[in-house]
Amino acid sequence: MTTIAHLIKTFTLWEFVKAHMLTLKYFFKAKATINYPFEKNPLSPRFRGEHALRRYPNGEERCIACKLCEAVCPALAITIESEPREDGSRRTTRYDIDMTKCIYCGFCQEACPVDAIVEGPNLEFATETREELLYDKAKLLDNGAKWERAIAANLAADAPYR
Amino acid sequence: MTSFFQNLGMSYEAAWFTATIAGILLIALPLMLAVAMIIYAERKLWAAFALRRGPNVVGPFGVLQSFADGLKVFLQETIIPSASNRGLFLIAPIITFTVALMAWAVIPFADGVVLSNINVGLLYILAISSLGVYGVVIAGWASNSKYPFYSAMRAAAQMISYEVSIGFILICVVLWAGTFNVSGIVEGQRGHIFGFINAYAFNPLLFPIAVMFLISSMAETARAPFDLTEAESELVAGYQTEYSSMAFALFWLGEYANVLLMCALNAILFWGGYLPPVDWAPLYAVPGIIWFFVKILLMFFIFAWVKATVPRYRYDQLMRLGWKVFLPISLFWVFLVSGYLMFTGHFA
Repeated sequence: MTTIAHLIKTFTLWEFVKAHMLTLKYFFKAKATINYPFEKNPLSPRFRGEHALRRYPNGEERCIACKLCEAVCPALAITIESEPREDGSRRTTRYDIDMTKCIYCGFCQEACPVDAIVEGPNLEFATETREELLYDKAKLLDNGAKWERAIAANLAADAPYR
Repeated sequence: MTSFFQNLGMSYEAAWFTATIAGILLIALPLMLAVAMIIYAERKLWAAFALRRGPNVVGPFGVLQSFADGLKVFLQETIIPSASNRGLFLIAPIITFTVALMAWAVIPFADGVVLSNINVGLLYILAISSLGVYGVVIAGWASNSKYPFYSAMRAAAQMISYEVSIGFILICVVLWAGTFNVSGIVEGQRGHIFGFINAYAFNPLLFPIAVMFLISSMAETARAPFDLTEAESELVAGYQTEYSSMAFALFWLGEYANVLLMCALNAILFWGGYLPPVDWAPLYAVPGIIWFFVKILLMFFIFAWVKATVPRYRYDQLMRLGWKVFLPISLFWVFLVSGYLMFTGHFA
């Protein structure tokens, strides 16, 4: 009996008809994806995107060249050189991040005692050449200036959980 | 059309030649355009089945996406692998493309609108679509690379296997229509069921083979679920792996022209071609070509629907289906149909 039922099912392509009805149902459903470049999904305040070096509100660089980020970076993407400035404070002369090495783990941000290096909310920094992804200090400070408001808001939103 | 050019003051030979060239251009150029739009349509359809949006940036609703892709491909460098057989490597996409266009010569777009109304039209289509496999096999061989070669082997076996059952399926239709002429087959469907439904597909004896033909035509054009020749998880891109630029584009154009051809054949053989679905006078106010295109598009929707639904067959399953299921059934159906026609005195 079951063999006959199986035969009938096989020759009427029953399973196929069922599957196609299912997909047809999905065909008329609303789209699950967003219209990306024009619509964007909300990001968590903890989102780890493009790096930025921040400044204090008075314009002073936050980074004190402690090199904790360089030490913690598992991908060895950060290179720092430092010297005392004229006023005697220690500052970086070179702060490079090789974004092609970076794995966006966020350890640099965690290690930083002064919230200088952070991973901002920006995720659209694709470039046409590899060289453009070798960030130097000027580029990182520029990012900080560009994204400071969003970064500060994100840090404030995440602060109660730390 | 010949007489139109004769009226312009040409001799008969010159007028015939000009008319034929004009006819070829009238079919081939819109066909290229149709292929571009059908690729876009297909991407949109798959996207809809997967709850995605599909291409929607280039042009309104993304309709120009295929042209953007085409432009990109044209601007690419043509890479000919140094280990390849240069001549064969370049001729393979040309064969695929040419053969895909050739079969359209006998497709009737409306009553009497056909480039060459030959009496063995269906045989011609069968012959041409068998030639199509040469493009794939030569491409796979000339690439001198293992994945294209595997793909070519698969394509050869697959297309030949399904052509056998397609042959028997066509014979059933030919027996019923009593002619190999494609326009004759369409005309044979006029009022076929109860005197007013214009389609062989609603004939209970022919419906099963209509379904079989639909499935076989997917296998014949190497479409999902039978796209083993370009199974990207196993064979990179199949026989197209080593191709780039225009050669690659020609394969794509040929492949989709073939898909359209198979949709057209399905529409012609089983769904009444350019006839309206029901033999009712007001429906004839719509030109036959519109009915034909609507039917092609519906068939194409089914093709895309199947591709979006069914996973790829395993190779042995494909062969089993072709040789151990379709071949015996279609052979049996030839007996059944011819027996029925004998008993009812159809042959007279």
